[in-house]
Amino acid sequence: MAAEAIGRALRDGALEGEHAPALTIKDSSDAPLGPFVFNHIFIQLSSNILAKKSQSQGIVLVTFARSPSFYVELLKSKGIDIASSKKWLRILDCYTDPLGWKSRLAESGVISNPSPKSSTSVTTNMCRNVKDLDSLFSSIIELGRDLITDAKGRFAVVMDSVSEILRHATTSSAAVLLSSLRSHDQISCLLWLLHEDLHEIKTTAALEYMSSMVASIEPIIQPLNGHRGNSENLSLIEQNFGRGKFHVRFKRRNGRVRLMSEELHVEHTGIKFMATASEDGMNAQSLVPKVQFNLQLSEKERNDRANVVLPFEHQGNGKTIDIYDGRKSLTESKPETSNEKLQSSENSGRGEIIYFRDSDDERPDSDEDPDDDLDI
Amino acid sequence: MMNNPAHNLLDEALGLNDDAVSGSSCGGGSGSVLLIEDSVETSGAFILHHLMKRSLSPQRPSDVIIFLSFAHPFSHYDRILRKMGCNLVMKRDNKRFLYHDLLMLKYPGPDGDQEKAIESMLLGLYGKLQKTVELCSLPETNKNITIMIDDVSLMEVAANGSSNRVLDFLHYCYSLTTEYGCSVVILDHEDIYSSTDRPSPLLQMEYLANVVIRAEPLATGLASDVHGQLTVFNKGVRHGFGGLKGKIHNFHFKIKENNVEYFYPGSRT
Repeated sequence: MAAEAIGRALRDGALEGEHAPALTIKDSSDAPLGPFVFNHIFIQLSSNILAKKSQSQGIVLVTFARSPSFYVELLKSKGIDIASSKKWLRILDCYTDPLGWKSRLAESGVISNPSPKSSTSVTTNMCRNVKDLDSLFSSIIELGRDLITDAKGRFAVVMDSVSEILRHATTSSAAVLLSSLRSHDQISCLLWLLHEDLHEIKTTAALEYMSSMVASIEPIIQPLNGHRGNSENLSLIEQNFGRGKFHVRFKRRNGRVRLMSEELHVEHTGIKFMATASEDGMNAQSLVPKVQFNLQLSEKERNDRANVVLPFEHQGNGKTIDIYDGRKSLTESKPETSNEKLQSSENSGRGEIIYFRDSDDERPDSDEDPDDDLDI
Repeated sequence: MMNNPAHNLLDEALGLNDDAVSGSSCGGGSGSVLLIEDSVETSGAFILHHLMKRSLSPQRPSDVIIFLSFAHPFSHYDRILRKMGCNLVMKRDNKRFLYHDLLMLKYPGPDGDQEKAIESMLLGLYGKLQKTVELCSLPETNKNITIMIDDVSLMEVAANGSSNRVLDFLHYCYSLTTEYGCSVVILDHEDIYSSTDRPSPLLQMEYLANVVIRAEPLATGLASDVHGQLTVFNKGVRHGFGGLKGKIHNFHFKIKENNVEYFYPGSRT
């Protein structure tokens, strides 16, 4: 549900005169499933683009944390056509040589020249100075323009780790980059991954302000503070490697905030989203307390309820009253109901309460504490 | 189990028992990054020695270790490995153990642009490293390369405390794992970062790594027959697209004269 809603929002893209929708995927080392969610949404977006269902005509993928070949393999493994990638995918490689060390070494002859990436069939540009965010911005736009076929066309920007940008640049300059991407009129949507625990809270908050959707992955089992290696709860912590809580916060233009909560499972083929077992988490978070049922009955409802014949109610059809109380079979039961404490009102058939004691050796209305023999 | 050092709990936790013949020498197959975190009370160096011995064993003739040592001279490792039954001098002469002595590597001095100086120092070091990797991975030799760094905290000292530059260096090492299929083994100390606020350099390294081994003292204090505990966080194959779930292993160890015993808590009398 939540993942589909994200997919729809990214597919539909930006409105004329509005910022592009942006998604922050947020994880931490306690719930390290962010890359799985990132891959899932990236694949979803790619297949939407290939099916021409989305506003954006192509993707510019900016890789910081993993190599371009990783993503090529990922797309192949999901059955997405790489041969046609010239039309819809560009990669800006900030992974292989982010600081230009390799090119400097190659120039001075220390190492051999990096071979042209023949292995990846996707058009890849190398970024050799990730500290220069202005040039990073213009390379993204340049790559994206390459994908657009008509004047009104837009493209999507996908970044696999904003945490890497933040390691090289200040929060404010990273924020400038992201917000200028969001407000660019050729960008349809943005999506990035953030490792929450690598940054100060204010940095995370700043990035969340700039996103219309925040998908955060939280651990199923909260580790005890400062006792990460406590062997007793290791098996519990291990569960966080395979499962996580998936909370999504959507912010509408008018300021309305919608929260969705699901559970995330890592499986062999990818990840699966499931409805959370209990809705408590969601109810506790909803801003306006809402009750899902009426406390009062209308007159009609009250009458209807009174007319319902309950299955164990005496039908009053003239026969002797044989009520099976669960202790003896009906055939051999004599009407011993006289010594049962059967408290029924005279006009049987409606508004009747039939009560059987569970067992004969229980004194009626015993005040005795049934648990007083427990030694606690 | 204890008689055969090739099959113990540590190897099992690293997933090494399955690929005894193929694959690389450290956890998670080739292209993996393994981070060893130890503390003042419990040294994790023995894990490094274990992995060294494993890589250099006669059963794996195509394994090469590139060792960046900030901590100890060659003779130190030679003595330890000899007790474990591995002649490091011979391995060095056979070009299977490529030892880089970086004990005297120092940040050039406070004059001029400090950041630039540190960066060019690490750049020079990286140049040497990649050149070695290139030589080892020529098509005719085609070795399984493991890069070992002992240890990152002293590398930070050499870089005048600039952990961000060290992380840049580690990122470049990491990029070699995809380019050349090398593995990387890093040793670092957990407690030296204990007062650091976010962002913690150690956490950054944990994100890079796909196997983290934490060596800690026992929660209950020291015992005569248990020297500490290891917790292995195996995140599964990093390049898995979904698929493998991570696993956590926890066991105790006892360091003996020339080997280490690994056992589950409570399994020793």
